[in-house]
Amino acid sequence: MDVRKVAHLAHLEITDEEVEIYTPQMNSIVAYVEQLNELDTSDVEPMLGGLTDEGAATFAERPDVPHDSLGQANALKEAPSAVEGHFQVPKVL
Amino acid sequence: MKEGWEAIIGMEIHAQLATETKIFCGCATSFGEEPNSNTCPVCLGLPGALPVLNEKVVEYGAKAALALGLNINETSIFSRKNYFYPDLPKGYQISQYDKPFSSNGELVIMTSERDDSGRAHDWQPMKIHIERMHLEEDAGKNVHEGLPETDKYSYIDLNRAGTPLGEIVTAPDFRSSWQAYDYVNHVRRVLQWVGASDADMEKGNLRCEANVSVRPIGQEKFNNKVELKNLNSVRFMQKAIEFEIARQIEAHESGEGVSQETRLWDEKNNRTRVMRSKEDAHDYRYFPEPDLQPLVVSHAFVESVKASMPELPDAMRDRFMDEFGLSFDDASQIIGERSLAKFYEDAARTSGNPRTTANFVLSEFVRELNNSGKSADQALLTSFELAALVKTLDAGAINNNQAKEVLVEVFNTGKTVAEVINEKGFEQISDVSSIEKIVDDIIQNNENQVTAYRGGNEKLFGFFVGQVMKASQGKANPKIVNEVLKAKL
Ligand SMILES: [Zn+2]
Repeated sequence: MDVRKVAHLAHLEITDEEVEIYTPQMNSIVAYVEQLNELDTSDVEPMLGGLTDEGAATFAERPDVPHDSLGQANALKEAPSAVEGHFQVPKVL
Repeated sequence: MKEGWEAIIGMEIHAQLATETKIFCGCATSFGEEPNSNTCPVCLGLPGALPVLNEKVVEYGAKAALALGLNINETSIFSRKNYFYPDLPKGYQISQYDKPFSSNGELVIMTSERDDSGRAHDWQPMKIHIERMHLEEDAGKNVHEGLPETDKYSYIDLNRAGTPLGEIVTAPDFRSSWQAYDYVNHVRRVLQWVGASDADMEKGNLRCEANVSVRPIGQEKFNNKVELKNLNSVRFMQKAIEFEIARQIEAHESGEGVSQETRLWDEKNNRTRVMRSKEDAHDYRYFPEPDLQPLVVSHAFVESVKASMPELPDAMRDRFMDEFGLSFDDASQIIGERSLAKFYEDAARTSGNPRTTANFVLSEFVRELNNSGKSADQALLTSFELAALVKTLDAGAINNNQAKEVLVEVFNTGKTVAEVINEKGFEQISDVSSIEKIVDDIIQNNENQVTAYRGGNEKLFGFFVGQVMKASQGKANPKIVNEVLKAKL
């Protein structure tokens, strides 16, 4: 288990000590899930969600009709930093 | 292109579908609103918010797919594409991955290389394989202009986040920049034509990327490819590809080599420059979106969309060539826009003279449309009135220059052709008995010339024509004047 790569993909900084701690922990989680491989699932359809056949057959689309949006003030209310109607974030690109 | 080399080009087009609301929430997709005002918990990515698919996305997606010759898959799956970027509030984009909405398309486009003056000279059909068109949500926008401390901060507007897109991906089938250019124009036109997308590159609702590599002719293996971005117009795209082909050939020949990277078109300096190298290639860790059901599209639905599809522009072009005898160039211009094509066809049928109708449509009418910024269906000159004008011209009641003048006046005022001809006093005298009366007068008053003409001086015929025209203030129909004079003399 390459814990550093997983941390990098998740944008997490971890120390060498943490790598030591997490590597065996994550290995044991993966090993636990791997027990599923003992079952022969070659003729089982992959399940993509938690729905029964009946649930999956439900029509789940909405009409193309606008709802009231939050508006600028509400959208930015909880932002750590908002400037002139925009979310302000550390410089990208 | 340099002798001995060939270019391998694949295209990716993102087309915004023409819905009123976003793909997974009811926020409006209207352009130019206050920043971050068209937002809600779903498109802001707030915890607990759940996406619900917009049914029009399925309809417009189906229209786009059919117009591009793609097969619509009965079941497609939305997947999460995971990456971090500030304009992507959820930390993933809902897209499609291994089971896209549509796939395996065959599209025939017309394409031609261009000479040094940019003129196409040899239009040929070319078959393009379109690998897929999948549905996905757009990200928000990074904004810098006019905002403070942009050396330290970026600014995010999420109005665009969640706007529906169709991403159209071709096989690496193109061998020249002009083929890619003709392809993008083809896609743009058919998407507009069927109403699936406004496909306006200036507004950013059609964006394209090109994957370009080169190899010596005969080499089977592909060299590293470069992804070109920031192609804000079809023309920039063509120039960027052309530049990139030359740059890569040179880099291979000099032994420097080409690295797999993303490059941007730098419009100011007319060159491409590196945006990022593929060293930090993304690992998107796609997995099925658990908050959305598989998208199931019934056969009946696909059939109903098929039935609602208009005749496509290329089929219409071929039909205009067959049925109306138009040249490829003229027919291609007429099908450049759907309302123009419809206007032309209506006028051509009503006038019964498709050739003359095409001349007026392609010169005066298109010029007036461009000057006024109108489309054909907004013009005050209707197809019916244009047909009336062509018929009046064909009947010899007005001449060609007068017809052009009448067209402009009707275009500007919305009056009828008959009204304008009347006002301008253009109506020709085509009534035989009126002309006979004038001719009788002339013969009576010019005895000497009549005697001379009858004695064999045929040159005098022109004199008589001149006299009749003068007497009628130029309004007598010249054809009828000739006939009557010949009979009476
Ligand atoms: Zn929303």
